[in-house]
Amino acid sequence: MTTPILKVTGLTMDFGGIRALNKLDLDVHTGEIVALIGPNGAGKTTFFNCVTGIYVPTAGDVLLTPPGAGKSTSLKGLKPNHVTMKGLARTFQNIRLFPKMTVLENVMIGRHCRTKAFIIGAIFRGPATRKEEQEIMAMSFSLLEKIGLADKANELAENLSYGEQRRLEIARALATEPLLLLLDEPAAGMNPQETQELINLIREISSDGQAILLIEHDMKLVMTLSDRIFVMDYGKKIAEGRPEEIRTNPEVIKAYLGEDVDA
Amino acid sequence: MFSINELKKGALISLWFVFLTFPIMVIKVDPIERIVQWRWTNAVMVGVGTFIVYCIIQFAKYRKALKAEESNETESKDQVSFIHKLLANPKQRNILFMVLAAIILIFPHLFSTYQTNIMITALMYVVLGLGLNIVVGMAGLLDLGFVAFYAVGAYSYALLNHHFGLGFWEVLPIGGGLAAIAGILLGYPVLRLRGDYLAIVTLGFGEIIRLVLENWNEFSKGPSGISNISRPELFGLELTLEQSILYIYYIMVAFMVFTIFVVNRLQDSRLGRAWVALREDEIACQAMGIDKQKTKLTAFSLGAFWAGIVGVIFAAKTTFINPASFTFLESAIILSIVVLGGMGSIVGVIIGALVLILLPEYLRALSEYRMLAFGAILVMMMVFRPQGLIANVRRTYRFKKTS
Repeated sequence: MTTPILKVTGLTMDFGGIRALNKLDLDVHTGEIVALIGPNGAGKTTFFNCVTGIYVPTAGDVLLTPPGAGKSTSLKGLKPNHVTMKGLARTFQNIRLFPKMTVLENVMIGRHCRTKAFIIGAIFRGPATRKEEQEIMAMSFSLLEKIGLADKANELAENLSYGEQRRLEIARALATEPLLLLLDEPAAGMNPQETQELINLIREISSDGQAILLIEHDMKLVMTLSDRIFVMDYGKKIAEGRPEEIRTNPEVIKAYLGEDVDA
Repeated sequence: MFSINELKKGALISLWFVFLTFPIMVIKVDPIERIVQWRWTNAVMVGVGTFIVYCIIQFAKYRKALKAEESNETESKDQVSFIHKLLANPKQRNILFMVLAAIILIFPHLFSTYQTNIMITALMYVVLGLGLNIVVGMAGLLDLGFVAFYAVGAYSYALLNHHFGLGFWEVLPIGGGLAAIAGILLGYPVLRLRGDYLAIVTLGFGEIIRLVLENWNEFSKGPSGISNISRPELFGLELTLEQSILYIYYIMVAFMVFTIFVVNRLQDSRLGRAWVALREDEIACQAMGIDKQKTKLTAFSLGAFWAGIVGVIFAAKTTFINPASFTFLESAIILSIVVLGGMGSIVGVIIGALVLILLPEYLRALSEYRMLAFGAILVMMMVFRPQGLIANVRRTYRFKKTS
C-alpha cells in the first residue's frame, strides 16, 4: 500500500474544557473520494479547520505527502496560507466568495499562491509578469469552462445563484492546484437537481485523479460518490469503511437515529 | 402624482427645517442696540424653499420609477457611469486624455498665480487620495492617521534640508521611502485589527506623530516650525517666485500622472487582486494561499509612500512647515476624498479630490456660509450617491472559447 496523501494521527482539539476532537485518525489516498459524516456538532468542521490551519490542534499530527516524492511534511501549526501552498485547498460551509470581485477574478485569486509577480513586476509589467498574467487568466478561464460558468466570467460573484456560487468556490479551490481538495458541505441548501449536477461535477474532478475529502449531510451524494466513509460523533471516530459497510453499521445507525429503548 | 401623505410629509420636513435653522436664520442679536431682531420672513423662506426642494426630489423619484417600469433591462447598464463608458472606448479615451492634458498644461498660463497655487494644492490632494485609496479603497483598511505619513515626508525634507542642505530631488525618494517605512512600522502592530479598531489605532498613530513634532523641540523646533526650506532647484537656475510656482505646478502634474500610472497598474495586478480579496473576506483570502501580513504591509507602505512624496513637495512649496499643517482634519479630508470620489475607483478619487479642494475655494463667494454649503453638499452626496461620485467597476476580460 502506498503512503496516503493526507495522514491524520491522534488529532485532538480542546476549546477550554470541551474536547471537540478526540484522537481522530484519518487518511486519504491518491485519487480517492473520502467522506466525513456525522450528526450536527460532531466536530466535522472543527476537523477541517484544524487541518487547514485556522485552528492549531491541541495534540496529534497532520502529515501531507505529495505522491511520488516520498517526503512528508507536517501541517500542524502552519498558517492557513502556508497550508494552501503545501497543497490543501478548501471550500467553506457558508459560502465565502469575494462578492465584489468578478467570477473570473475569484478564480484568479486561487492562482495567487502559485505565482509570484510583486510590486516591481506589477508596476513595470515586464515580459515575465505579462506571461504569468496570461497563464493565470487562461487557467482560470478553463476552470470556469469546466464548472460551466464561462459565460458569466465578468459578472460579480454576488450576482450568481446559490448553486453557481458553490461551484465557483470549488473552482477557486482547484485553481490552487491542490494535492487534496477539502469540500465542506458542498450540497448544503441545494435542490435535488443541483445536487445531481454537483455529483457529476465532483465525479469529473475526481476522474482527473484529484483526491477529495468531503463533509456532507446529503446521504445520496455521500453514498454514490465516496470510496470510503469516516463517521464521527462527539469528536470521536465511530466507524470507517466502504459505503455499504457504513450503511449497515449498528454504531452509525445508533449515532444518527438514537438507541432503541427496551423497556 | 403627489398623494396627500407625501404632501403631509413634505410639510413636516419643511417645518423641521424651519425649526433647525431657526437660531441662525431668524434670531439676530444686535449687540449695539441691545435688541433681538426676529426675522420671520427668513423662516417662511426656508420653509417654502425646503418644500419646493422636496417636491423636486419626489418628482425626480417619480420619473425614475416610471422609467424603470418602462425598461427593466437598461437598469443594470445604467449603473456603469458615463465616464467609465467613455474610458472603455479607446478612441474617445484618447481624445479625452488629449483635451485634459492640454488644459492641464496651459492652465497656469491662462490663470493667475493664485489660481495656480490652488491647483497645486488640489493636485497634491489627488495624489494623497490615490495613496489612501490603496489602503482604504482597495485593501479595505480604514486608516484615519494618513496625515502622519504626509508629515513624515514633509519633515524629512525640512530637516534634511535644514541640517544637511540636501536638495529637493535628493530628498524626494528619501521622503517617500521614510514614509513607506513608517507605514510598515504602523502596519506591524495593527495586523490583527480590522474595521473600527484599526481606525482607532491609526487615529492614535496620526496624533502621536503630530504630538512628537509639536513637543520635541530639539528635533523639530516644536510649534514654531521650520522655515526657509529651499524651493526645488532647476539646474542651478535662479527662479523668481512666480517661476518657481510654475515649476512646482509642473512637478506636481508629472507626479500625478506617475501616480495614476502606477496605481492603475497595481490595481490590475496579482497584488491588486490580493488587496481587494483581503477587503472582501480575510479568512477566505488566507485559505486561498494569500499571505495576509505581507499583503497588508505592502498596502500600508505603498499608500504611505505617496503621502511621503507629497509631503516633500508640500514642504518645498510652502517653504515653511509646522505641526499645525498635519492635524486630524487633514486625514479626514483625504478620507472624504476617497469615500466621496468612490472607494477603489481611480477616476472617482481624482474627481473627488478636485471637488473637495476646489469647491471650498470657489464657494468663497458665499463668504460665511461657505462651510455650511460644503457640509450640505457632503451630506447630500452621501444620501443620494453612497457609492461615491464614480463607483468602481471591476475590470472585464475577454476570451476565445477553447472548446
